[in-house]
Amino acid sequence: MCLAIPGKVVEIRDNLAIVDYGGVRREARIDFIRELKVGDYVIVHTGFAIEKMDEEAAKRSIEAWDELLSSDEPHILED
Amino acid sequence: MLSEFRDREIAKKILKRIFEEAKKIGKEVRFMDVCGTHEDTITRFGIRALLPKNVKILAGPGCPVCITPVEDIVRMMEILKREKEKMIVTTFGDMYRIPTPKGSFADMKSEGYDVKIVYSIYDSYKIAMRNKERTVVHFSPGFETTTAPTAGMLWEVIEKGVENFKIYSVHRLTPPAVEYLLREGTTLNGLITPGHVSTIIGVRGWEYLTREYKVPQVISGFEPIDVLLSILMLLKMLRDEEIRIENEYTRAVKYKGNEEAQKKIEELFEVVDAKWRALGVIQRSGYSLKDKYGDYEISNLYDIEVEELPDLERGCRCGEVLRGLILPTECPLFGRVCTPRHPVGPCMVSYEGTCQIFYKYGSLYG
Ligand code: SF4
Repeated sequence: MCLAIPGKVVEIRDNLAIVDYGGVRREARIDFIRELKVGDYVIVHTGFAIEKMDEEAAKRSIEAWDELLSSDEPHILED
Repeated sequence: MLSEFRDREIAKKILKRIFEEAKKIGKEVRFMDVCGTHEDTITRFGIRALLPKNVKILAGPGCPVCITPVEDIVRMMEILKREKEKMIVTTFGDMYRIPTPKGSFADMKSEGYDVKIVYSIYDSYKIAMRNKERTVVHFSPGFETTTAPTAGMLWEVIEKGVENFKIYSVHRLTPPAVEYLLREGTTLNGLITPGHVSTIIGVRGWEYLTREYKVPQVISGFEPIDVLLSILMLLKMLRDEEIRIENEYTRAVKYKGNEEAQKKIEELFEVVDAKWRALGVIQRSGYSLKDKYGDYEISNLYDIEVEELPDLERGCRCGEVLRGLILPTECPLFGRVCTPRHPVGPCMVSYEGTCQIFYKYGSLYG
């Protein structure tokens, strides 16, 4: 099953990275990730990083929630 | 990082909006997830029980190990029986225990054959490097997210000319399976589209389903907030009568997906018609190594006839579970005869199987 949580890259050696999941460290192949640096977050599946976590996009989506959630129409629940 | 995605107060706000939207829609709507990790989030956090009565979540064929054909497992076992100590077979932990009418990889291990559980195909490769005089075969199930690592590893094997490493590909594509369900008449008002498959194939890999079958989709992350938001986004689309594909999981999924991974997969594999256990043959749903790389596919190197075998034991309703027609609790064997310790069908063996996920989280399904 996919690990739902991203891990933090703490070391890079060729096509291998050491990835930290809140204290647990595992090795991951990074064949498919361009321009990876220490400190980036990656999503790892069966030992391969499949994508880099885009922290900017995460922040933007959290901001977008406000909009989605503020458009509520409270009267609807009352009828 | 990402603690907001588990924030209770935010979850409550989203739920309130879900109730409002569901009330406006009025009629029953059915959404499907097709990923074991989504099903895990939904069941673990009891999301079904929190939702309005008219919003139903079905679980689809989100378990690649569950749908791996019996005949392929048996063929792999027959090859190992021929080669005996000259061969090592590696596979993932749940695949290892999947039952067939002729036993499982675990049974072969107990009979003395060399079958090893690995976490990654990279581990299998390392085993091959340490055992140059033996052939190491990775029995390789999985959707696009796992096909990418297989392609990456195999690429290195080919480049380095490693001769003792092979695969048995039972890789499958997910969009054709959803398309199959839609054609077969599973009623769906929206799809909670698997986030990690989408990191590989991108938003664009799913677009045709919305275009051709008018099914709204939201590509979703795996935190409870992600799933709740996706449900809200689907409801809004239905209410506004705007059928689209949206991406909730922007922090990981790009429109075009992971093009590096796609390139490797396309270079090595071709898409073929393939069988899914308990579902049947689905057009253009399997990955098979191209002819020029055919020597790396172990089943090409042996002539082994395997008779057609029953997919499931009598009474097991895994096929209906995989189609989203029933939830595991509707199977009379669930939790009584069939448990993770004594599984009757594949959906109870795999940690991505809906039956096991329901069993594990007990009373939380609603
Ligand atoms: S509970 Fe067991 S027997 Fe019933 S459908 Fe699931 S795997 Fe099959």
